[in-house]
Amino acid sequence: MNFGFSEEQELLRSEVAKFLAESCPMDEVRRIGEGPGFSPELWGQVSELGWPGLIIDEAHGGAGLGFVDLVVVLEEVGRALFPSPLISTTLAAHAIARAGSPEQQARLLPGLAAGTTIGSVAIAEAGDLHGAAGITLAAERNGDDWVLTGEKPVVADAAQADLFVVAFRTGEAEDAIAFGLVEKTASGVSVEDRVGIDLTKRQGRLGLEGVRLGKGDVFGDSELLSQLLDAGATAVVAESVGAAEAALALTSGYAKERIQFGRPIGQFQAVKHPLAVMYRDIESFKSLVYYAAWCIDEGHADRSVAASRAKAMMSDTFPQIGIDTVQLHGGMGYTWEYDAHLFLKRAKWARPVFGDADHHYERVAALGGL
Amino acid sequence: MDFDFTPEEEAFRAEVQAFIAEHKPKKGTPQEMATWHEKVREKRWVGFSWPKDVGGGGGGIAQQVILKEEMAKAKAPSLGTCFMGLAWVGPSIIEYGTEEQKQQFIPDILDGKYHWCTGYSEPDSGSDLASVKCKCERDGDEYVVTGQKIWTSIAMWSKWIILLVRTGQGESKHDGITCLLVPMDTQGITVRPIQNMSGGTMFAEVFFDEVRVPVENRLGEEGQGWKVTISALAHERSSIAEVTSLQRSLEGLRELARKSTKNGAPAAEDRGIRRRLASIDARIEAMRLNGMRFLTKQLKGEPVGAETSVNKLTRAELEVEIGELALEMQGSQGVLGAGSGAVPDRGKWQNHALNWPEVVIGGGTPNIQKNIIAERILGLPKDPEA
Ligand SMILES: Cc1cc2nc3c(=O)[nH]c(=O)nc-3n(C[C@H](O)[C@H](O)[C@H](O)COP(=O)(O)OP(=O)(O)OC[C@H]3O[C@@H](n4cnc5c(N)ncnc54)[C@H](O)[C@@H]3O)c2cc1C
Repeated sequence: MNFGFSEEQELLRSEVAKFLAESCPMDEVRRIGEGPGFSPELWGQVSELGWPGLIIDEAHGGAGLGFVDLVVVLEEVGRALFPSPLISTTLAAHAIARAGSPEQQARLLPGLAAGTTIGSVAIAEAGDLHGAAGITLAAERNGDDWVLTGEKPVVADAAQADLFVVAFRTGEAEDAIAFGLVEKTASGVSVEDRVGIDLTKRQGRLGLEGVRLGKGDVFGDSELLSQLLDAGATAVVAESVGAAEAALALTSGYAKERIQFGRPIGQFQAVKHPLAVMYRDIESFKSLVYYAAWCIDEGHADRSVAASRAKAMMSDTFPQIGIDTVQLHGGMGYTWEYDAHLFLKRAKWARPVFGDADHHYERVAALGGL
Repeated sequence: MDFDFTPEEEAFRAEVQAFIAEHKPKKGTPQEMATWHEKVREKRWVGFSWPKDVGGGGGGIAQQVILKEEMAKAKAPSLGTCFMGLAWVGPSIIEYGTEEQKQQFIPDILDGKYHWCTGYSEPDSGSDLASVKCKCERDGDEYVVTGQKIWTSIAMWSKWIILLVRTGQGESKHDGITCLLVPMDTQGITVRPIQNMSGGTMFAEVFFDEVRVPVENRLGEEGQGWKVTISALAHERSSIAEVTSLQRSLEGLRELARKSTKNGAPAAEDRGIRRRLASIDARIEAMRLNGMRFLTKQLKGEPVGAETSVNKLTRAELEVEIGELALEMQGSQGVLGAGSGAVPDRGKWQNHALNWPEVVIGGGTPNIQKNIIAERILGLPKDPEA
């Protein structure tokens, strides 16, 4: 039993943190966010450093590491609010690595690992149902092909993505789910960039008008859907750990320096205690996400319940951390210029993605035998 | 990162399980209990984490986790009977005691010969423990103690008390506190039990009227008692045992949800109830994993102090919530008292809903845990008067 990171992982963490501190400080984050939401130069650099290929096996050009290593990177990426399609690309690769054919893997993984192909997974639809029941995008059979017509309204990093892994319905049964590999350039595909509440997280509508999927473009099933939701939830919680820790550091730093009534406001318990609760909450969803990541790597039976506990607790507590971050800064927290609102917005982005607290608590209840 | 146990550790787990299967008392007769305590003592599982040379088991952290987990899972009787002796009096004596003190007290604590109680809190010194006033003056080879302690758990059944007294005033209120080990049958000590809100009587006021204590009964240096106390409190190591008891409570709540109704349907199908149960589940699991993370830090030799306040805070919230949710699910039966004939689950939830102060207030209130996290971990400024 050992619940700590290895020396290699600690080294990886400090390299990621160092790169982001030098190459993407907060004013750069803002420049990217207020602009196109994506920096091809920085994406090129982090691709050189191997971030998109972290969990892809070496045979396909990746580093062959696991989700626990990914969590280390994502914590730092979240701390810096680094805007990038890293989670999206990683999840697309994860899907193909888990369920794709050898041909699909050989064709697509090297590009994803090198960062020359940007990927995204298109699962969520307009309803609030996650999991198989929430997938209504239906496909029609045409000979050996499937033809997709419909939309995915909020696809992460849609405007940048070259390749979409699209969940669709193949029949009436709830678990009749498959995934299509849809290239942005394919006929019938349209993408509409949609500005987000969080400028550092981009998404868009993926429109599908009679998009034809040949045999080699289809893979996966409802089990892959559940794996992807667990992996996605885990990745988002890991990023949120870093972002929430940065919000806490910003706010407790301010509380030590801001003087009112002749003393630092951090001396007042009405300021001090919410900060202590933030710390407790972050430590808690941090521990939960470490275990979830380990379960993914080990193929452990606890994978789903572990991911749901982590996502539920994060979605339940991070929004309040964002609100307290703004509120404890007073008027300064409400300004565009000061960074507090960036964390509040990140919390609002992270809450529903891959299922909100209601969804995941319900899943925890069901998996716990209720 | 690896949450699995090694084959050696798993072998130890199997040994513990086999032991429990063989020796766990069936009916709990005094004879059976005596045999149990003798057997676990032989195994050196009492004081399992203590050094071997004082009679402990010298057990590693992973093995401690396994031992506590298996014992709690099997609802086995405790390992040893001298609760406060094992929890902090013993560790403090091991760290600060003289050779004579170790020889005098440690074997008795391990054998559970008698109980210890803890005389820290006073009527005017609760959360602000370092303000203790209990007067103590030196008279030749003796100290003379006059003052009062309160909330002293099991004082009426204890043979010894670990006592904080004031021997002087220093620059800070933490100076001038001294720790004494005192026999409860010394002349001048009076114990007056206090009934708590559940009707039980487990703590007491203890009065000291010119109580004479030999100087060799001092633990640590004169005026350095605060140091002894802090290290004693830090000996409350991991929360593994608490987590297993919380998991058992959650299992009980799930059963209650299956047999209760809410808005005319089974409570187990009610979205609100399901969400509350799942939230309790997630927080217990977070406590378990936090505990393991802090243990891993300890293993690497990093000091673990204030972090235990994180789990204490969550536990305090959970203990209250669990009792409340249980009574709510009982519906109109929730009004019944623990002793009533028709009360569900023989009144255990009624007791839960009235006994949470033992863990919520005892050992420092949630507000104090929040102060500790904010000041010691986040580095926020202290209240100048505190
Ligand atoms: C069941 C039980 C068993 C106990 N057993 C023992 C024992 O064996 N030995 C022993 O010595 N003691 C024991 N105690 C005492 C226990 O440690 C104290 O009750 C506890 O530390 C609180 O002190 P107090 O009761 O004086 O409350 P107070 O300190 O007066 O607190 C009253 C309220 O004020 C709040 N408060 C106080 N100071 C602050 C602050 N700085 N910031 C914010 N809020 C604050 C508290 O959180 C609390 O809500 C026991 C208590 C209980 C309930």
